[in-house]
Amino acid sequence: MIRPSRGWIGPGIRELWQYRDLGYFLVWRDLKVRYKQTLFGAAWAVVQPVLLMLVFSAFLGRVAGIGPPDVPYPLFALAGLVPWILFSQSLNAASNSLVSSQNLISKVYFPRLLLPLAGVGSHIVDFFIALAVLLVVTLTFGRIPGATVLWLPVFALLAVLAALAVGTWLSAIYVRYRDLRYAIPFLIQVWLFATPVAYSANLVPAEWRGIYALNPMAGVIEGFRWALLGGPRPDQAIVFSAAATLVILTGGVAYFRRVERTFADMI
Amino acid sequence: MGDVAIRADGLGKRYRLGQNRETSGLLLSDTLFRALRLRRRRTAGEVAEFWALRDVSFEVPSGAAVGIIGRNGAGKSTLLKVLSRITEPTTGKATLYGRVASLLEVGTGFHPELSGLENIYLSAAVLGMRRDEIRRKLDEIVEFSGIEPKFLDTPVKRYSSGMQVRLGFAVAAHLEPEILLIDEVLAVGDAKFQAKCLGKIEEIGATGRTVIFVSHNMSAILRLCSRAILLDHGRVVTDGPTHEAVRIYLESDLGRSSERRWADPAQAPGDEVARLKSIRVLPVGGGSPEEIEIRQAIDIEVEYWTGTLRSLRPSANLAFYNDEGVCLFITNDWQGRDALDAATGPRIVRSTCRIPGNFLAEGRVIISVAVSTFNPATAHALERDAIAFQIVDRSQGDGVRGESTNEWGGVVRPMLDWHTEAREITSQD
Repeated sequence: MIRPSRGWIGPGIRELWQYRDLGYFLVWRDLKVRYKQTLFGAAWAVVQPVLLMLVFSAFLGRVAGIGPPDVPYPLFALAGLVPWILFSQSLNAASNSLVSSQNLISKVYFPRLLLPLAGVGSHIVDFFIALAVLLVVTLTFGRIPGATVLWLPVFALLAVLAALAVGTWLSAIYVRYRDLRYAIPFLIQVWLFATPVAYSANLVPAEWRGIYALNPMAGVIEGFRWALLGGPRPDQAIVFSAAATLVILTGGVAYFRRVERTFADMI
Repeated sequence: MGDVAIRADGLGKRYRLGQNRETSGLLLSDTLFRALRLRRRRTAGEVAEFWALRDVSFEVPSGAAVGIIGRNGAGKSTLLKVLSRITEPTTGKATLYGRVASLLEVGTGFHPELSGLENIYLSAAVLGMRRDEIRRKLDEIVEFSGIEPKFLDTPVKRYSSGMQVRLGFAVAAHLEPEILLIDEVLAVGDAKFQAKCLGKIEEIGATGRTVIFVSHNMSAILRLCSRAILLDHGRVVTDGPTHEAVRIYLESDLGRSSERRWADPAQAPGDEVARLKSIRVLPVGGGSPEEIEIRQAIDIEVEYWTGTLRSLRPSANLAFYNDEGVCLFITNDWQGRDALDAATGPRIVRSTCRIPGNFLAEGRVIISVAVSTFNPATAHALERDAIAFQIVDRSQGDGVRGESTNEWGGVVRPMLDWHTEAREITSQD
């Protein structure tokens, strides 16, 4: 049944499920293409966080009080960079997913939400590789993670959801306003500074912490570090960030579904 | 059978002209058209609307093969896009009963970096096949494509365009939908492969599948479809037996004339490498361009814009068809390219091709025009059935057929050099 749709519609989960095989192949394609004709292949998933960790350590590591006193700064930085890179690359891929698949959108039908989903999906594989390295580095620094490590998947999932939340918004807007091509990398860069990746959230004045934690990634990074390295659980940050993610995600999917009917005509 | 497979009820699709281009940066970065776009923007006070489809209703019983014909811009492709759910109708509704697959291009979903084998999986998934289904049919697909196994691990960017088409169609041919929507896919590939594709579509139709087939190829439509819908300006003109609809289409010309001009480059067919400006027929020595005497030579003049990419040297191609959709011949302005090689910036190129008198056959001649580059082989601007004119034979003994007044067959009527001699009859004869 084909008819003009009106108003707001649901996310269409059932249809997405029907098209799961296509989703699988889109992720598979992204992975294949990304590492084809590259010298190091999947090693890039490791190189990036490790290099950034070295850069951060060299330039920021010596600034007093930037990290907590009881954690070596390189480990502190890497534990923030691994989930951050999961987020930033997923967000980038999700945001570009529609425009980079214009030929598909104008030639064949499938639930369009598959594209940002697949964009995020292909970076989860990279994340697992980086995570393995992070665990090795943690052990090298002589730290044995406690039972809290079981929380790691929860925060990884939150990072993915945050990327998807913002990515659905940006991908749909990008179809219409190509200015986003320049705005997205800039946004991600600025976002890095607004997130406790290179520094500890303790540097943020206490009265601003609530607002600061509305950044969906603030809670993810703090929670991720807590799960891996221990310390007091950052409850407020986690709850605030998760709530913000949920709101953005709901709005993003609703907006996406509302405008997706015009994608083929615009793109 | 007797069940309905497709029911369309008052379908309409409205586009706002320039809607997508005004707001996207797609063309903004395009040096060639930047100046033109700025001028356009100043006048873009009013939003022009047009209906690509208007009040289209029809029913297709399950198992039928229906052709959709009409001029460019008549709404054929829009109808197919609406039926395949790529775009939403503005008004009306359509119901499709059964699993639908749409083939709007050959090689949907192909990624140039991936190998042939990988692209089979990808394209099949994009077209709606399940993973196990693809695995099951893989050997069959490879065999149908006729691509040597040693090439299967080669990235398709290294394939010739013919190989890509074969691979793409091989995947599509193994879909098992109940309803198949096909657009122009047969316009590509060599004649042998086209025949194979047609055969496969015929086969699909014979197994009780419903087929909707959009094409400019009248002979293919006549062969595959028992019924055809003729569209013009988004409306249904005729819906009936194929030969009837084809006849009405060819006789009415539906606005086809001996000259086309694209006043607004933004609306002209083309991309940043090349864009059509105009094409027209000029009878040498004057006279009506609509109706040309068979002995008279004709100039076909094409004008097109070329972009800034110097390495891509575009060339204009003309394909001549008769009204049965038979391609008479194809020619291009490759010989005159020296003028282009020296050029660096954007240019307006005017190429004129002279068709000698006593060459084309009597009847209607329809010309499709494209501006292409050959390496890589890409048609940058394409206008099918761009212009048409009539050839009439008023020769009286000085033409190809001499003094004959009988039917004179053949798709061309060239004046050839005959060497004739007569000798006395001798006793040896």
